[in-house]
Amino acid sequence: MTENVLSWMTFSPLAGMVVVLLLPSARHNLIRWVSALATLPPLLLGVWLYGHFDRANPGFQFVEKAPWIPTYNIQYFIGVDGISISMVLLTALLTFLCIFASWGIDKGVKGYFALFLMLDTGMMGVFVALDFFLFYIFWEVMLLPMYFLIGIWGGPRREYAAIKFFLYTLFGSVLMLLAILALYFTTEPHTFDMTQLIAQSGKYGTSVLPMWPFNRLGWGFQHAVWMALFIGFAIKIPAFPFHTWLPDAHVEAPTAISVILAGILLKMGAYGILRINYPMLPAATADLAYWFLGALGTWNIIYGALCAMAQKDLKKLVAYSSVSHMGYVMLGMATFTPQGINGAVLQMFNHGTITGMLFLLVGVIYDRAHHRDIDGFGGLAEVMPVYTGVTAVAFFASMGLPGLSGFISEVLVLLGAWQKYAILSILGASGVILTAGYLLWTIQRVYLGAINEKYKSLPEINGRELFTLIPLGIIVIILGVYPNAVLDLLRASLDQLNQIVIPHLS
Amino acid sequence: MDLGNLESLKFFYPEAILTGTILLLILLDLVLPGKKTLAFLAVVGSFFSLWATLELYQASPGWLFHRMIILDNFSLFFKVVSLAAALLVIWISLGCREINEIHHGEYYTILLTSTLGMFFMASASNLLMAYLSLELVSITSYILTGFLPHNRRSSEAALKYLIYGAVASGTMIYGMSWIFGMTGTLDYARISEVLLQGQANRVSLFIALVFILAGFGYKIVFVPFHMWSPDVYQGAPTPITAFLSVGSNAAGTAILIRFFFPAVSRLAEGGNWLFISGVEWPHFLLMVSMVTMTLGNLCALNQQNLKRLLAYSGIAHAGYILMGLVVLNNDGLKAMLFYIVVYLIMNLGAFLVVVMVANETGKEEIGAYRGLAWRGGAIPAVCMAIFLFSLTGLPPLAGFVGKFFLFAAVIKQGFYLLAVVGIINSVISLYYYAGVVKTMFLDFPEPTDQYITMTANTAALLGVLSTLTVFFGLYWGPLVQYTNQSLKFFIK
Repeated sequence: MTENVLSWMTFSPLAGMVVVLLLPSARHNLIRWVSALATLPPLLLGVWLYGHFDRANPGFQFVEKAPWIPTYNIQYFIGVDGISISMVLLTALLTFLCIFASWGIDKGVKGYFALFLMLDTGMMGVFVALDFFLFYIFWEVMLLPMYFLIGIWGGPRREYAAIKFFLYTLFGSVLMLLAILALYFTTEPHTFDMTQLIAQSGKYGTSVLPMWPFNRLGWGFQHAVWMALFIGFAIKIPAFPFHTWLPDAHVEAPTAISVILAGILLKMGAYGILRINYPMLPAATADLAYWFLGALGTWNIIYGALCAMAQKDLKKLVAYSSVSHMGYVMLGMATFTPQGINGAVLQMFNHGTITGMLFLLVGVIYDRAHHRDIDGFGGLAEVMPVYTGVTAVAFFASMGLPGLSGFISEVLVLLGAWQKYAILSILGASGVILTAGYLLWTIQRVYLGAINEKYKSLPEINGRELFTLIPLGIIVIILGVYPNAVLDLLRASLDQLNQIVIPHLS
Repeated sequence: MDLGNLESLKFFYPEAILTGTILLLILLDLVLPGKKTLAFLAVVGSFFSLWATLELYQASPGWLFHRMIILDNFSLFFKVVSLAAALLVIWISLGCREINEIHHGEYYTILLTSTLGMFFMASASNLLMAYLSLELVSITSYILTGFLPHNRRSSEAALKYLIYGAVASGTMIYGMSWIFGMTGTLDYARISEVLLQGQANRVSLFIALVFILAGFGYKIVFVPFHMWSPDVYQGAPTPITAFLSVGSNAAGTAILIRFFFPAVSRLAEGGNWLFISGVEWPHFLLMVSMVTMTLGNLCALNQQNLKRLLAYSGIAHAGYILMGLVVLNNDGLKAMLFYIVVYLIMNLGAFLVVVMVANETGKEEIGAYRGLAWRGGAIPAVCMAIFLFSLTGLPPLAGFVGKFFLFAAVIKQGFYLLAVVGIINSVISLYYYAGVVKTMFLDFPEPTDQYITMTANTAALLGVLSTLTVFFGLYWGPLVQYTNQSLKFFIK
């Protein structure tokens, strides 16, 4: 089992899906437990992987390789390195917890859990795939279950949100497909193998293409491919101006799916840029990411925070806070400094845990009050003290309070940014203040103040809900005091990645 | 190999078996009381014909009947495709309530005659033969379209089809006469020889080719020869719509490739084809391809009738398939052949679900699919979703692989604009395909909506088609090997 650890992690949920489909649809609890069991192996193997991962090796580990369609050089090729390991662990953890967060689903239980497990396989596959074709397949495999999960089990505007998510993401991924094909035909022999595509990165031309609009922009083949890939990934991140699907999808999705969306799916965009754009197209990255990506990230930070401040719906507030926090990831990536890029990937991990908690917490209150209107509550701290305590941890972590994980990654990003673009660093730091503004204001309106008579007898958070929140809370605190637990995993690979791009910076 | 009439006969078993079956069907129709047995006879005949076709892979390629038709891998491939389409359509017809009320003997006879016509379309190597085979398919299609008695839509569709068909084939034969005038021959190989000497007037050759495209384009359904298709698709009995959408489309593609590649172009190294310089039909087809897919997709957006929606989606797919042609490369042609197989599977699957729902509700409107998954039709609804998403081109479904090869060919030859137009169209098409899926899954049924049941027969066919759609999406190695080998022309 240990030689194929990544395959087991990827496909055990799929096996679980097959079992779930064979179960009688009336046995709700059985289906739930089977699903939990199917997501347990990735988690346990993830723990094992954490122990056995060689932190000094920047290359790919636990590699598996087999021919799939030899005629076209398509392989089943998977492995992890420092860029992907944290995401693999995050996926394993969040999907396991989200099964429990989905316990309350009682409509179409069989379909829900089957789709959820399929989604799990797709997500895990994206992070481990090292063959570009395989990567694309996994990337797209996630779309279908997500469409149905939002569309069937979502809120009142679920149909609109689901199709909007679907169309945006498909548009991005077909652009990616063209870029994949363009790279494939440039390599010799034609290959989808990412390590080969990186090794042959010198072949992707940078001389200016002789047609409009490329001649005006001074873009070569490499720049055009970079932009096609970037748009595909930016939609997922979501970077301004492609973010508009996110508030709709997050708000309408059921709680567990919001957690998955914010915790894992958004990371795929940033992960894709680091895995593909940076090493494969280093010259274009140096030309296009420098300033552009940093400025876009800063704009995301401020724009997302301002939008969050204006929200009346608690879930929408958390959704916009994601836009803001993913801005730090982009800003950090664009610095090409060790601090910045490590901070960016750590921020991806931290955002996954913190925002996961926030969505779970919103779900808890929504299940009880059946609305999420920020102004509709008040004084919840007295009614639900434990719940409020957990919320405070999550909110303060999101705000970047020292001692909690969000602080470390944001400081690393800003440290990196200061060395390259001081002005963006200052603007980015102001985002922290805005974040504190909307989060503290929300705490004040929802948890403090006079008790709303309507909600005087709300039941306290229950054991199952705490079970989903506590592990994330523990991670948030541990990483706040000992960030090396994750940073150690990343450092070697990310430093190597920086070294690929830096020579191209003029 | 260039054989005369008698020597050719032993390479003519598939057609002979099919002809024999057709004659037998006509005779038995007079005497047999149970009409269902006729369907089984048609199936058996088609199977024998299929077997004989596969046997012919052993034979060496060549001309038959004094260079009238041609035997090569390319024609065998399209014979297999036509027979597969016919077999599946007969299978669909068995479970179709619409068909139960009509004369079985004639129905299956004409269906098989149409298949026979497609055989000749795939193998014609002479303009006269091409014209006759195309007319054989057209005339049988007119009859099949109007097969529903006392149904005004069906009759209207048949009449419309006939009028459009007459104009298109008239234009085509006029174009053929120009070719004859310029080259003095109707034989593809000789046309090729004469044209390559460069004597022909380029402008008149271009005009002749465009006229011929009218006839072929009307079979493949590309703009501007598409107007008949929505009405015909909607009015014809559903199994016939399915047959027309895959069978006559495939045969039209066969005749188009055979004429425009070996006959009027020249194979250069690297699998590239050179057209006669100055006769810019590839650029013409490039425009046609882009306009066809865009118009098909945009028109499909607002359709309320599922058969009509699939008609426009068929137009869009004709545009996608044409992409493989305009790149003038063997990779593109191989991608077309692969796409034809995949399209056959997924499109027939979609029409099968239309038949199943129409059997219970009598309706073909999208509204009839409301909450299909929640009123007993979970399996058809899931299969329909698979077929529709495959038509969109989402992995891991067969349609994605088909589109992947088409786009790969386009990118390889550097037609980036075409590729961008193609992918934008894929995104547009998601909207209406997902609209149907939305109706089936995201909307909930109302108490008046009928409960959907499946017969064992249709369930089995549904299982076969959806499994193939997923299987070829995950492992298409053997299929692509087969389609790649099918691109072998006897005349080069």
